[in-house]
Amino acid sequence: MTDPHPITMTVNGQERSAIVEPRKTLADVLREDMRLTGTHLACEHGVCGACTVLLDGEAVRSCLVFGVQADGAEVTTVEGIAPAPGELSDVQAAFRDCHGLQCGFCTPGFVVSIHAFLEKNPSPSEEEIRSGLSGNLCRCTGYTGIVNAVRQVVRERAGGAPAGSPPNGEQPTEGPPTQGVPTIAGHAVTTLPSAP
Amino acid sequence: MTAVESGPAAGTQSGSHSGVGRFLGQSVKRREDARLVTGHGRYLEDVLWPDAAHVAFLRSPVARGRITTLDVSAAAALPGVRAVLTGAELNPLAKSFWQTAMGKDSPQPPRRLLAADDVRYAGEPIAMVLADSRYLAEDALELIDLDIDAQPAVVSDHRGVWGAAKDEELVHPEYGSNVASTLPYPGMPTENPALEEVLSSAAHVFEERFHQHRYICVPMETRGLQARWDPARDMLEIVSSTQNVHEVRSMVARLLGLSDLQVQARAEDVGGAFGLKCFVDKEELAVAAAAYSQQCAVAWIEDRNENLVAGGHSRTEDLTVTMATDADGKILGIKGHHVEDVGAYPTYGVGGNAGLAMMMLPGPYDVGQYFYSAEAVFSNTCGMTPYRGPFLMETVAREQLVDIAAAKLGIDPLEFRRRNMITPEQLPFSTPTGLVLETITPIETLDQAAEIIGYEDFRREQAAAREEGRILGIGFASYIEGSPAFGAAGAEQVTVRMDMAGKALVFMGSGSHGQSVETTMAQVVAEELGIDIDDVRIIQGDTTSAPYGTGTAGSRTATTFGGAARIAGQKLKEKILAVAAVALEASPDDLEVSDGVVSVKGTPGAAVTIEQVAAMAYAGHTMLPPEMEPGLEAKHRIRNPPLMFSNACHAAIVEIDRDTGAVDIKRYVVSEDCGNMINPMVVEGQITGGVVQGIGGVFYEHFVYDGDGNPLTTTFLDYLLPTAADVPDIEIGHVVTPSNTPGGFKPMGEGGAICSPPALINAVRDALAPFGGLPNVQPLTPEVVLDVIDGTAAV
Repeated sequence: MTDPHPITMTVNGQERSAIVEPRKTLADVLREDMRLTGTHLACEHGVCGACTVLLDGEAVRSCLVFGVQADGAEVTTVEGIAPAPGELSDVQAAFRDCHGLQCGFCTPGFVVSIHAFLEKNPSPSEEEIRSGLSGNLCRCTGYTGIVNAVRQVVRERAGGAPAGSPPNGEQPTEGPPTQGVPTIAGHAVTTLPSAP
Repeated sequence: MTAVESGPAAGTQSGSHSGVGRFLGQSVKRREDARLVTGHGRYLEDVLWPDAAHVAFLRSPVARGRITTLDVSAAAALPGVRAVLTGAELNPLAKSFWQTAMGKDSPQPPRRLLAADDVRYAGEPIAMVLADSRYLAEDALELIDLDIDAQPAVVSDHRGVWGAAKDEELVHPEYGSNVASTLPYPGMPTENPALEEVLSSAAHVFEERFHQHRYICVPMETRGLQARWDPARDMLEIVSSTQNVHEVRSMVARLLGLSDLQVQARAEDVGGAFGLKCFVDKEELAVAAAAYSQQCAVAWIEDRNENLVAGGHSRTEDLTVTMATDADGKILGIKGHHVEDVGAYPTYGVGGNAGLAMMMLPGPYDVGQYFYSAEAVFSNTCGMTPYRGPFLMETVAREQLVDIAAAKLGIDPLEFRRRNMITPEQLPFSTPTGLVLETITPIETLDQAAEIIGYEDFRREQAAAREEGRILGIGFASYIEGSPAFGAAGAEQVTVRMDMAGKALVFMGSGSHGQSVETTMAQVVAEELGIDIDDVRIIQGDTTSAPYGTGTAGSRTATTFGGAARIAGQKLKEKILAVAAVALEASPDDLEVSDGVVSVKGTPGAAVTIEQVAAMAYAGHTMLPPEMEPGLEAKHRIRNPPLMFSNACHAAIVEIDRDTGAVDIKRYVVSEDCGNMINPMVVEGQITGGVVQGIGGVFYEHFVYDGDGNPLTTTFLDYLLPTAADVPDIEIGHVVTPSNTPGGFKPMGEGGAICSPPALINAVRDALAPFGGLPNVQPLTPEVVLDVIDGTAAV
């Protein structure tokens, strides 16, 4: 019953094999056997969404899937989201642009979930964005930065802006954030810099 | 700069710039992010040593009782299990068990690593299995034979009937009482006769008891620690998910009777903490002790169930506030009585936050006469641990009473606040508890919040909505955020080291766990040195490289590390100029640094690069004057006041569904003054995150025990965190009044969580005013709201 089983998956485009106990979760297989530690475990009971990966294109909680169930499947983890090493996907770049992360522990789950969400709904309403994000928990940001990141990606994709962004060293080219922000009675009223 | 200069101290900041520069005051994008968004962060569980034994704890299933059977032999015999340790083996290793900030002699309950003979809260660790994997370790737990003769538990209920009254049942017989601590402290006055006089003669006296329920930190990354004892190197090596590596080192060294030199503690990326990881608790210490006793590598990653049940709890208190006013609503005196439940084993000392709540209860108001008393009580529940704004009960209670009093007096709640707030003319203002407030701006932030949210317009909208049967309300709350930096916490050091290539390594004893320290501190240093931010790297989280420090906690990083970084940067810049002056045969006073180049003012052609200066400072030391020390390194250990202050005003508009009792937060506005902002984007992120933790606390999160001390909310299906669908965009305005410390920075980071609960509760209270009073209970569940609407609220 607990005898290890050989499994083979296509993970981030590469064929990977492992021999795993039937009870071992896909999350643990990815983290321990594949050494892909970007998939994080924050509740291990399917609520927080930190462990979200794409399994044959569908977003799943990898803590609720056994590794043996993924035998023969195609898996995409957060490490496989960026178009190339050293680059960021548009969602990843938007998280950085909009301060969509602080400690970053929940971020891989959000990034993967949002890619899947926008695949199915490329032009979500405000309510659909917040609803679409509600399967993932973040304890740091209060979600404003994350919602802004999704808004930015939706805007960019609608405008045909290129995906991908240099990961390091690029400072904001715009001027101080007060430029163009409204004032009330002489007080600058600000929201996060990329808020629409 | 995303802000206006405002307030009495505007323009008085000393120094060469006002806080806005090439990097300072700019929303520089975070240098942490590229690795974290691509899954290349390194959290503790990502760097576990391959040979580490994995720990699973056997935890008490009951709140109080005697252990009658504990047989681990079958578990120890399971293949793959390396050892099963109980209190009998592990507890004798504990030579000393106290937190540095509390000192050796502070009273505290009797400490132990593992329960032995009896158990004192549900979830208390009794035994630990060390196995080849966590799966196997949990298998072994099933084989441990445990019997406990359960006894009646001391459990406070949620309406303020405190278990301590049952003094025949002692949580800690050794302590002799269930009263953990009291205020006033011995030697302090036990009453304020002048306040009693005011209370007996004032035109109006208001008194309410406010309750705050148990809600908790819940970082997305739970606690964890791995340790390896290497007798050949005489070194215990530790990696921990912590806010404070130096405290990990000190606690473990003291515990095991080792010297600080025999313990190295590091942190990698830390996935949130909110106070939970600023002290070191028994599970983490047990892992270190096991590594030491078994002479191997041992790792423990807390799972979510453990984290909820036994990871340290917070809030859980009542505060009764009595306030006297004259006929016009001018506050004449305030009295507070605070009762806290600190659980069985608070992580620090005897727990309790009344000492700081006492200092802060007057808040941004000139309150006249004042007195505060408090009692902290033990219970058979998980111990108290700090959670963002640990002493926020003072603001939660005061701001509710302000609204209640204003309503009873028929005064607009904003007008009531303005009448009583400390004015610019009163600064510096000495509070009744001896605090000196120098640069606060409570009226400015109140006015800005009211403007942004459109207070007058809302009142008209609200009146019209009520005509239609809709239930709308608005709530405000104001506060002073007091950031304690007692002892070593007020004296942090930053060391800036520029090697021969002209790049700056910055070493500090901070412990970033989401605060963007790698970015903000690089902004400060790059600004001072006149080099690019990419030529600065922040090194933290390692006791063998960082200057001694107290980590990141208490909203202190900008004020302490930021201030120290600024001065250390200035010192290094002076040295750079002194070396460059030799190369350029000029006076240092005639030189300037910009974009990594030192040049003679007005003569751009006469210039050397920082890299050339750095090479000369080391390799060309024979060219330097004899009195000049070679090299480019500077440090500064700051000396900050023991308490620093920022202030803010929060405003919320809610609409309540008459049928379901659901509360929809339609708008949420913060106006704050944290002095000069290093990075406005980061400031706003901290505020937003804190506010949403307050939303969670008021409406969703509640750690519940039954009457026998059994935890009932042990998963994320029961302990509800707010999601993106439950919260609005947070709108933020800034008033900037620099502090008088280096950089003009003020403490911020906790305030969002401190001020949001009363603002939200006041909004619900305002919405429900037509239905009668809102009872002083938390959380505000739909049931509570519907009871008010239906007229059945129990007060």
